[in-house]
Amino acid sequence: MALSRDQIAMRVAQEFQDGDYVNLGIGIPTLAANYVPKDISVMLQSENGLLGMGPYPTEEQVDADMINAGKETVTASTGASIFNSAESFAMIRGGHVDFTVLGAFEVDINGNIASWMIPGKLIKGMGGAMDLVAGAKNIIVTMTHADKHGNSKLLEACTLPLTGVNCITRIITDLAVLEVQDGAFHLTERAPGVSIAEIQEKTAGKLVVSGDIPEMKFS
Amino acid sequence: MAGFNKVVSSYEEAMQGLEDNMTVIAGGFGLCGIPEGLIAQIKKMGTKGLTVVSNNCGVDGFGLGLLLEDKQIKKMVSSYVGENALFEKQLLNGELEVELTPQGTLAEKMRAGGAGIPAFYTATGYGTPVGEGKEVKEFNGRPYIMEESITGEFAIVKAWKADRYGNCMYRHTAMNFNPMAATAGKITVVEVEEIVEPGELEPSQIHTPGIYVNRVIKGSFEKRIERKVLAKEAS
Repeated sequence: MALSRDQIAMRVAQEFQDGDYVNLGIGIPTLAANYVPKDISVMLQSENGLLGMGPYPTEEQVDADMINAGKETVTASTGASIFNSAESFAMIRGGHVDFTVLGAFEVDINGNIASWMIPGKLIKGMGGAMDLVAGAKNIIVTMTHADKHGNSKLLEACTLPLTGVNCITRIITDLAVLEVQDGAFHLTERAPGVSIAEIQEKTAGKLVVSGDIPEMKFS
Repeated sequence: MAGFNKVVSSYEEAMQGLEDNMTVIAGGFGLCGIPEGLIAQIKKMGTKGLTVVSNNCGVDGFGLGLLLEDKQIKKMVSSYVGENALFEKQLLNGELEVELTPQGTLAEKMRAGGAGIPAFYTATGYGTPVGEGKEVKEFNGRPYIMEESITGEFAIVKAWKADRYGNCMYRHTAMNFNPMAATAGKITVVEVEEIVEPGELEPSQIHTPGIYVNRVIKGSFEKRIERKVLAKEAS
């Protein structure tokens, strides 16, 4: 069975290490905050200038001056810091953020990512995505393996305008976990009950499958 | 205006000197930390042909979105403009030009502009449409693109508190681009919630030293919230 959005987020959260500073993009990546293992601490960075993002506020806590990068009302966790946009991107560009998790339209075998613009559709802008993919130490892309028409999003070469080049090393989809290296996708895990054949069929770019491929574990 | 006293008492005075075709750098992230009254004053003045440098362009009918209503903006330099139907319409009509700039690069362009640095190299945007036509240089085996800094004839900034000398403090994430914008204007105007006497703000807690600030005005703010999301009620 393909994973649900929440199950993808659960699998993403397994990547976090105690003490990581993590930036989560809008959508599935944000859900990963709900599944951080209880025995570790991670600090969430929001690129509008908040390190230590807390939960959404109660009605009484709502403060127009306290928002996240998605422009949603938010709170600061204990031990948070707040700073300006240049400082925020200094910590991103300078490689101080341990993990970035973001969505994408396409990823290719060379670690290129396209996530911000579909020609012919209205262009809204890249926000902080280009800075994040150029700067983070580890980037995880979350997306469905194929689009709703069944077209693979894991390609030989991205067809859409790029967000960054040579920067993606790990992809977690609704079907699989893959590493990107040496010009190929390397299958490392599959979703429970999903066959290698199905993953092969839905991966357009070169896919390396070596040895037994374990199923993802959800405790 | 005597000595270091930067306080002005009217919006007319605050935006005096703004002319057609000037560049205005504006602080704010979405609708958070925007100089509401200064934007309203620009709308009232009807100044046209403006290049506005700001992370976003407000929403329909509020924030910088107000300046679209009478087509006062010629060009926007922003990282994300997806919140605004009028923006979309004017862009498609060719009435408005947009230069999409990655958010961190935009912040650094303002910071560098205010710090007298004409350009810098960044990996952000290399190999993407943002990098097209820009100088590429390798450092330690990695390619970077050259980005030029930004300054403007005016900067409009929203702060929490300022003293009469123009020393400013920001509140929570309403800080965002405001400190960088404040450094990058030839004339920097700060709209604040509260004006205090010099000495009342702890010197080491000041975010923007008054040297960057030309005018301070006390505003009143609606502080509209773009996306109010609440914690799920405990069941």
